[in-house]
Amino acid sequence: MAANITIPDFSIAPRIDQVGVEERASRFTKRSLKNETKINGLKLALNMIDLTTLEGKDTDGKVKQLCYKAMHLHDAYPGLPTVAAICVYPSMVGVAKKALGDSGIKVASVSTAFPSGQAPREVKIRDTKFAINQGADEIDMVISRGKFHQGEYNFVFDEIAAIKEVCGTTTLKVILETGELGTYDKVRRASDIAMYAGADFIKTSTGKIAPAATMPVTLVMLEAIRDFYYKTGKRISMKPAGGISKAKLALHYLVMLNEVLGEEWMNNQYFRFGASSLANDILMQLMKQKTGVYQSADYFSND
Amino acid sequence: MAKNNTLKLKFDSSRNLAPAPESKSVAKIADRYELFINGKFEKPSSKKYFKTINPATEENLSLIAEANNADVNKAVKAARNAYEKGWKKTAPKERAKYIYRIARIIQERARELAVIETLDGGKPIRESRDFDVPTAANHFFYYAGWADKLEYAFPNRNPQSLGVAGQIIPWNFPLLMAAWKIAPALATGNTVVLKPAETTSLTALKLAEIIQEADLPPGVVNIITGAGATGAAMVNHPDINKIAFTGSTDVGKIIQKAIAGTNKKATLELGGKAANIIFDDAPLDQAVEGVINGIFFNQGHVCCAGSRLFVQESVYKIVLQKLKDRMESLIVGNPLDKNTDIGAINSKQQLEVINKYIKIGQQEGAEIFQSKCTIPTKGFYCRPTIFTNVAQSNRIAQEEIFGPVLSIQTFRTEDEVIEKANNTPFGLSAGVWTDKGSKIFNMTSKLKAGVIWANTYNKFDPTSPFGGYKESGFGREGGLHGLGAYLKV
Repeated sequence: MAANITIPDFSIAPRIDQVGVEERASRFTKRSLKNETKINGLKLALNMIDLTTLEGKDTDGKVKQLCYKAMHLHDAYPGLPTVAAICVYPSMVGVAKKALGDSGIKVASVSTAFPSGQAPREVKIRDTKFAINQGADEIDMVISRGKFHQGEYNFVFDEIAAIKEVCGTTTLKVILETGELGTYDKVRRASDIAMYAGADFIKTSTGKIAPAATMPVTLVMLEAIRDFYYKTGKRISMKPAGGISKAKLALHYLVMLNEVLGEEWMNNQYFRFGASSLANDILMQLMKQKTGVYQSADYFSND
Repeated sequence: MAKNNTLKLKFDSSRNLAPAPESKSVAKIADRYELFINGKFEKPSSKKYFKTINPATEENLSLIAEANNADVNKAVKAARNAYEKGWKKTAPKERAKYIYRIARIIQERARELAVIETLDGGKPIRESRDFDVPTAANHFFYYAGWADKLEYAFPNRNPQSLGVAGQIIPWNFPLLMAAWKIAPALATGNTVVLKPAETTSLTALKLAEIIQEADLPPGVVNIITGAGATGAAMVNHPDINKIAFTGSTDVGKIIQKAIAGTNKKATLELGGKAANIIFDDAPLDQAVEGVINGIFFNQGHVCCAGSRLFVQESVYKIVLQKLKDRMESLIVGNPLDKNTDIGAINSKQQLEVINKYIKIGQQEGAEIFQSKCTIPTKGFYCRPTIFTNVAQSNRIAQEEIFGPVLSIQTFRTEDEVIEKANNTPFGLSAGVWTDKGSKIFNMTSKLKAGVIWANTYNKFDPTSPFGGYKESGFGREGGLHGLGAYLKV
């Protein structure tokens, strides 16, 4: 299959009109989701979360607690799905893997000198190998934004390809760090580079740089995914990360996903939210739908 | 590997959202509406009333008075009287206060106006709420600001009001068109007799209530209702100084003939068949969104709708694919539902016109594509429709359809598309999509259209003049130009 794909000239990647893309993105927020549609959307969003802790102060204890939360989001509401994955640093992969056991929840590990990516390729490869050996199901790598800004698209491409080679069948998410790219044109270009180089997911942000995920940026990436699909027949997945902490915003993203890529992308194989506090807001909204009243945040566990 | 031409995205679930209807309870619609003459609601001397219906359900909404010649005469007399006895001499800054007041009351009653606009006209609540009503308020705000600055608008002149303005407006943007007409007329010191279209009288009558509430002196604005005969009586009334008409080119021509040889000033804003032009270097996804917005906004009932799409051949296939995908995610249905993108066609009569053209297009050999959405069985609806394989000589490329129907043609060079775009009796608007600034300037200086949008479409602002070339009419509304249409300068 790969043999049939022609690598395009990334310097002439499609142009994006800022005003137009922002206007289109805001249009999705005008959709009004009610009743069944809302409840289904909230549950789906919950099931798409990569529950994340990426801090210097992460410990075994913290990660274990987060894993328990992942498996038992809110036991007061029976029949809830679990989150899709736990997202941690490589050093925490072993702990998370053990804590999650056979729950079916995946362990995603950031790698390649996350978050800056400012390290030699050998280090990035070793970082990735370590995470995989520890049992990571998914690798969230960062691209070399410096090289990208220098116009060295081949370098960026080769690096992604090299990491994908290390990953093999392990899912590879490629973080573009859109907040450092500056324009939608560049977001589109980086998306194309990542997909043609072998990314399974393209992901907006590390969560360490503001702005992180926004709807227009995500829209640009979804459109890149759609164009890539029509060109190659290959479905790439999408992960906006950082800054999505409210259920309502998550629903807006799902509306956008549904209207740009259609229903085949509406599952956690093809879409994830990288988030830490989103889950509790969704749980609060689900309880509101069920009981008719909002409950205090104290009723929802913070792990 | 899957063959490219078999790949297809699926959008059924994006259209099947749980109903999210806007509440009708804010819309207070009386059983019967009278004529608004001299500050009061008066029974028509015709003693006749006609029904106004909700085109989405075909249910009756109310009865509307039909003004005959005697009523028109009464309204014009009231306007003349108000002009001579007071409004003409009212200090400009006092005029401004009244206009501001109207703007603010429109904002206060925005929700009610939006719901009634949607019920009476069939347009989606998203548009009446986010576009029609706020833009109508903005027009009043904008022209309120001009009222006491006319000598700065026309330096070294002595701008004088005209007298009584007779204004006839269409059914596609009932409240907004009333605002476009009334606001500049008042700001320049004229008095008004306004007639809304017979299928959409309600928001104009609500505006009459607002004008009453704003304490505008009696007779300064008179709103009378009725069909073509009422309009004709206005046009032919000897004591009207100016006719402002927005509507079809056919009626525009009749008005031109009727006022020939009289002293009446006129502005006519008529039909269009706008070219929306996509070059191969354009931001394609945003261009496609602009095409959607250009032709499906307000069910295509827009005189400046981008109803002819020209796509450069090298990107034709990809644009068409994106356009079809986008069409599949459009929600057609109950206009009161907040998720509806395309509401009801304004009237049975208009639906018949649109269907006639869809048939003509097929008979002419053009290829039709309609989105797969389901449409309600009751009410007047039309699926979003595009025609490919269209030539300039096709009727669907020449005549204004005024519905959600797009004709698509391809082109190779700039000169070719300029020639094709200008090859029409109309000249209201056009759109250009390209990443190259110099191309935008070349195109906009050569396209014969009153309004040209670059990398966007259907954008309106009170500060920006709007109007046409050729059979799309003459005179400008909006902005500073819109003042001139109501003044002797």
